[in-house]
Amino acid sequence: MQRFLHQFCITLAFLIPSSVYAAWELNMPRGVTDTSNTVYDLHMLILWICVAIGVVVFGVMFWSIIYHRKSQGAKAAQFHESTTVEVIWTVIPFLILIGMAVPSTSVLIDMYDSSESDIDIQVTGYQCKWQYKYLNEDIDFFSTMTTPKVEIANEQEKNPNYLLEVDNELVVPINKKVRFLFTANDVIHAWWVPELAVKKDAIPGFINESWTRINEVGTYRGQCAELCGKDHGFMPIVVKAVTQADYDIWISEQKATAQAVAAAANQEWSIEDLVAKGETVYQKNCAGCHMVDGSGLPPAFPALNGNDVVLGDIEKHMDIMVNGVPGSAMAAYGKQLSAVELAAVITYKRNTWDNKTGEVISPADVKAYMSK
Amino acid sequence: MSEQTLTLDDHDHHEHGPAKGFLRWVFTTNHKDIGTMYLIFSLVMFLIGGMMAFVIRAELFQPGMQLVDPGFFNQMTTMHGLIMVFGAVMPGFVGLANWQIPLMVGAPDMALPRMNNWSFWILPFAFTMLLSTLFMEGGAPGFGWTFYAPLSTTYAPPSVTFFIFAIHMMGISSIMGAMNIIVTLFNMRAPGMGLMQMPMFAWSWLITAFLLVAVMPVLAAVVTMMLMDIHFATSFFSAAGGGDPVLFQHIFWFFGHPEVYIMILPAFGVVSEIIPTFSRKKLFGYHSMVYALIAIALLSFVVWAHHMFTVGMPIGGQLFFMYATMLIAVPTGVKVFNWVATMFKGSLTFETPMLFAVAFVVLFTVGGFSGIMLAIAPVDFQYQDTYFVVAHFHYVLVPGAVFGIVAGVYYWLPKWTGKMYDESLGKMHFWLSFVGLNLTFFPMHFVGLAGMPRRIPDYALQFADFNMMASMGAFLFGTSQLVFVYLVIKTVRSGKEAAQVPWESAEGLEWTLPTPLPYHTFTTPPVIEHK
Ligand code: HEC
Ligand SMILES: [Cu+2]
Repeated sequence: MQRFLHQFCITLAFLIPSSVYAAWELNMPRGVTDTSNTVYDLHMLILWICVAIGVVVFGVMFWSIIYHRKSQGAKAAQFHESTTVEVIWTVIPFLILIGMAVPSTSVLIDMYDSSESDIDIQVTGYQCKWQYKYLNEDIDFFSTMTTPKVEIANEQEKNPNYLLEVDNELVVPINKKVRFLFTANDVIHAWWVPELAVKKDAIPGFINESWTRINEVGTYRGQCAELCGKDHGFMPIVVKAVTQADYDIWISEQKATAQAVAAAANQEWSIEDLVAKGETVYQKNCAGCHMVDGSGLPPAFPALNGNDVVLGDIEKHMDIMVNGVPGSAMAAYGKQLSAVELAAVITYKRNTWDNKTGEVISPADVKAYMSK
Repeated sequence: MSEQTLTLDDHDHHEHGPAKGFLRWVFTTNHKDIGTMYLIFSLVMFLIGGMMAFVIRAELFQPGMQLVDPGFFNQMTTMHGLIMVFGAVMPGFVGLANWQIPLMVGAPDMALPRMNNWSFWILPFAFTMLLSTLFMEGGAPGFGWTFYAPLSTTYAPPSVTFFIFAIHMMGISSIMGAMNIIVTLFNMRAPGMGLMQMPMFAWSWLITAFLLVAVMPVLAAVVTMMLMDIHFATSFFSAAGGGDPVLFQHIFWFFGHPEVYIMILPAFGVVSEIIPTFSRKKLFGYHSMVYALIAIALLSFVVWAHHMFTVGMPIGGQLFFMYATMLIAVPTGVKVFNWVATMFKGSLTFETPMLFAVAFVVLFTVGGFSGIMLAIAPVDFQYQDTYFVVAHFHYVLVPGAVFGIVAGVYYWLPKWTGKMYDESLGKMHFWLSFVGLNLTFFPMHFVGLAGMPRRIPDYALQFADFNMMASMGAFLFGTSQLVFVYLVIKTVRSGKEAAQVPWESAEGLEWTLPTPLPYHTFTTPPVIEHK
């Protein structure tokens, strides 16, 4: 017991610094859209009505608790029903509820009107990352958490955006109606950014809609809200709202990068470059299931170190990478990774750990396979 | 029916005490023995589920992953939920029903005593099977107690099949238990006791039993569909084969919402027995209490999709489920008002059962308020799947359902054991639990509103302080339950002899029986006088 107390105090002392970032945040954020503001007001309205009812009901109750005690000499009254009173306290709550339902209905109707959007973005949930596809712009990228493993493992101090930071943010212009089309690739996810008051399920095989119009430039952070597997806590969402001018610049940059990627696929790649790139791709996309050292988590996730598929026929290996294994957690990476990335990760797996085949799979091989 | 039981009793068995040894418990058909077994089982499950909550709260004590890995964390949240719902709360109430219903309606036993034995004995096997998944390859189910497809089908660990069979067994047990209660209440009430003279606890269980019979088969259906999807290549819940993952949620919550009331209505019944006793005044509005129960039960069938406001329903559906859900506040309000009116101008004392009952009314109402907030669809988008929801349902389940069971145990323990429990230990148990649970669950409202999703093993730094507070509260709440375990053992071992009516103004048939209670009671039905 004493040891426990001792440890407890040490832990406490150790934790004080972490409180530097920690705000005693009590309430829902007001947010940065008209909708989020209306939602906030509605939330406060309902809250205060509940508080008022609580004060009355608990007031009467505590009055009885204090004044109608036997020890105070209270004698019990005999009444045990009264139709009038019972009708009154059935009708009054009913009227209060109607008072709540009216504003709620109008807010809901407004939230459901996703017509006449300026920008359409398709959001796809994958186990532990998001894909954003700008439908009118031909821009398409993945957004993955960047919080380093050492911070999660408490080996390094946590940065202020711990667990809420990604490599590629979703960039949108302010004062434009942005429509989201949500879907998912594997299990159900939910896309939620509190400051936009947008939360919608991303469901495999179905498309859901929602929209937002952001009033202020800024960075807004959210998380996946539907349990989606072991990495559910690690698929944050970061939305960067910028001015129209900055948005245009960003769009042209994205297009330039896309061209560079396409060009890279036609380049010659050395085995060293492919393995090096493959390692990054692997750490980011595969290590979650197959583990950093390729040992996997059998039986759910097979080991890739010494694996027959990885060391065996190249066609079969590419097939699994491009098309996944239907009906299992192994996704089809043909859509998620570029030809270079696929070539890199395949080459990496065939030339790392105890897998030393010396074989090189070039981006051109992958493209040839995919066009078959 | 009752006649027959009586004759059998007189001719077949000559001894009237229980059989000796362990086999007494295996073969018993006595409602008192079975009630005891249910209650002990429930307590054991409560402690096991509580240890899982310990693991969860310890991991969430501070940001970062320190004790378990995320996969195991999900297994803990899943198992905690399943065990508390199906292993602790439901059997707890069935235990109370087994003990009390025959005593309160003047019946010699439950109507179907052998089935009663069977419905209990299924449970230990079902839960052994469920718990054994923790040791299987690939781990236990980690898809949450709501097991949404396709996470629970295509993406599930192999142990999911055992989970499905465990659920089937629990369902069979619940259905049999519920049928037994319905048959008992319809056929075995003492002569002269009409339905509208039944004690509130019996009424609440009658309604609950109907809900169980209606929805447990739906749960069985949904897990069977999962089984088919997993092993027999059907595609109920997979869009790729023409199915729909949202269909799963509709079916699950069609079971799940009535299930929520299954866990609270019997607590309403218990509290409606306790408050009048310690207010020394009749229950206010008996009739409206019964009608409110019926209204709540009926409404519970048309509100299920308020658990699914974010799945993208058409707006008409959204509005319907929002209005229907809000309506539940009316009958629930009536119940709360009636309890307060019962206390009003009473002559109150605060023995342990009353403390738990009063805390029940207050804190259940707090959970009711957050329930109204959650019913408002446009605002629910901000609450859905956050800690605000976790706070909400723990307020209705811990100081709601669990306090209801505990209050009932304190209230009737003197009658069951013939011994009086230690009042100051009881009060200590109450106050520690009360402080502990509020410290645990109240801050969850705040982190939820501030944006913390539920079911995450690690969280952003702005949620740190309240999470630490919640964890400390949970450790306090958890350990103070040991006081209860000690108190019960102490009562049975060395409690002072209890009076026949231990409470000053308790009414009801159970108090007309001698203390200590004979093994068989009401072998001759009591006669109810009409006033
Ligand atoms: C969400 C978890 C997950 C992720 C992420 C994942 N895999 Fe897999 N992978 C699996 C599962 C599960 C299987 C086994 C599928 C089966 O055969 O049922 C598998 C199978 C494989 C196989 C075939 C192995 C065999 O023995 O059949 C290869 C190769 C493979 N994965 C490579 C990768 C690569 C490369 C990545 C990253 C780009 C990756 N996986 C990412 C879950 C995952
Ligand atoms: Cu997710």
